[in-house]
Amino acid sequence: MSKFKKKTESSQDIPTSALPDIIFMLLFFFMVTTVLRETDLLVMQRIPRAEQLKKMEKKSLVSYIYIGKPKETNRYGSEPRIQVNDVLVEPEGIVQFVNQEKDKLSEGERDQITMALKVDKEAKMGIVSDVQQELRNANALKVLYSTTPEINVQL
Amino acid sequence: MARKKRGAGEVNAGSMADIAFLLLIFFLVTTTIASDKGLAIRLPPKQDPNDPPPEVKFNERNIFKVLINSQDKMLVEGEPMDDVGRLKEKVKDFVLNYGQNPELSESPTDAVVSYKTDRGTSYEMYTQVLDELQGAYYEIYASQLGVTAEKIRDINNAEPSMKDRYDELKKEIPMAISIAEPSKAGGN
Repeated sequence: MSKFKKKTESSQDIPTSALPDIIFMLLFFFMVTTVLRETDLLVMQRIPRAEQLKKMEKKSLVSYIYIGKPKETNRYGSEPRIQVNDVLVEPEGIVQFVNQEKDKLSEGERDQITMALKVDKEAKMGIVSDVQQELRNANALKVLYSTTPEINVQL
Repeated sequence: MARKKRGAGEVNAGSMADIAFLLLIFFLVTTTIASDKGLAIRLPPKQDPNDPPPEVKFNERNIFKVLINSQDKMLVEGEPMDDVGRLKEKVKDFVLNYGQNPELSESPTDAVVSYKTDRGTSYEMYTQVLDELQGAYYEIYASQLGVTAEKIRDINNAEPSMKDRYDELKKEIPMAISIAEPSKAGGN
């Protein structure tokens, strides 16, 4: 009997004093591995999937061009549009955008600028090809079609 | 007296976890994991209008033609193909023919994959097929070097000896995927 009594006396709580540390560790992990979204997306982005992915090493060399159907169809129409930074542009505006992005880089890195095209999978090749022609005009020849290894959820 | 002693010196840290959780959830929601992954291509440089276009002589057998129309239907070497997955094997056979089959390429150096779409082709189809074409080349490189295709795609982080062998191999079997300007049949 006394044996049982002893047991009930001992504390049965799980020590939770280390829990905040664990949570903080998780918090720091997510803080370090993620970046705040810089631009507000005005176009739909359902990124297609592919297997043969290459990873970009230097993030500073990458600039993004978004193509897709506008989210606010009553304002911008339902045809796929091009977005750079926070605005929708016509294909003719791409050259100016590329030059702006190139100015941010140092002299030696300008040729290595990579344009990441984030294109909605329902967009047609016509608009993508227009953008590529403009990129050739702007002499930004490295292009990365952003794709995901798994089926992406709509952002 | 004894009671007071016990209570002193202890801060209630039970809600600390909740506060940290709140912060954690905030960051989870407001951030996206940076994903700079994708299919890398290089556009051809812009042609000088004063220069006449270079004359290229190509033997018909050295060109592997992939066409996609505005209905997302694929034509490979003049024959319709529905299954994108079969493309990889065909490209591999074509590149590594070494002149055996008179209908396929003479040597990997001469082999060119010509890829043409229509303006009405969907981007999804375009990337799928491009994925297969690049995948075929990566798998060729991988099998020649005896490593996995993942390692080839991450070659910039591989050991220098491997990279040298890869560069050597690329001269022998260049990844020649020529992406033509889309035709205009399908409209915008």
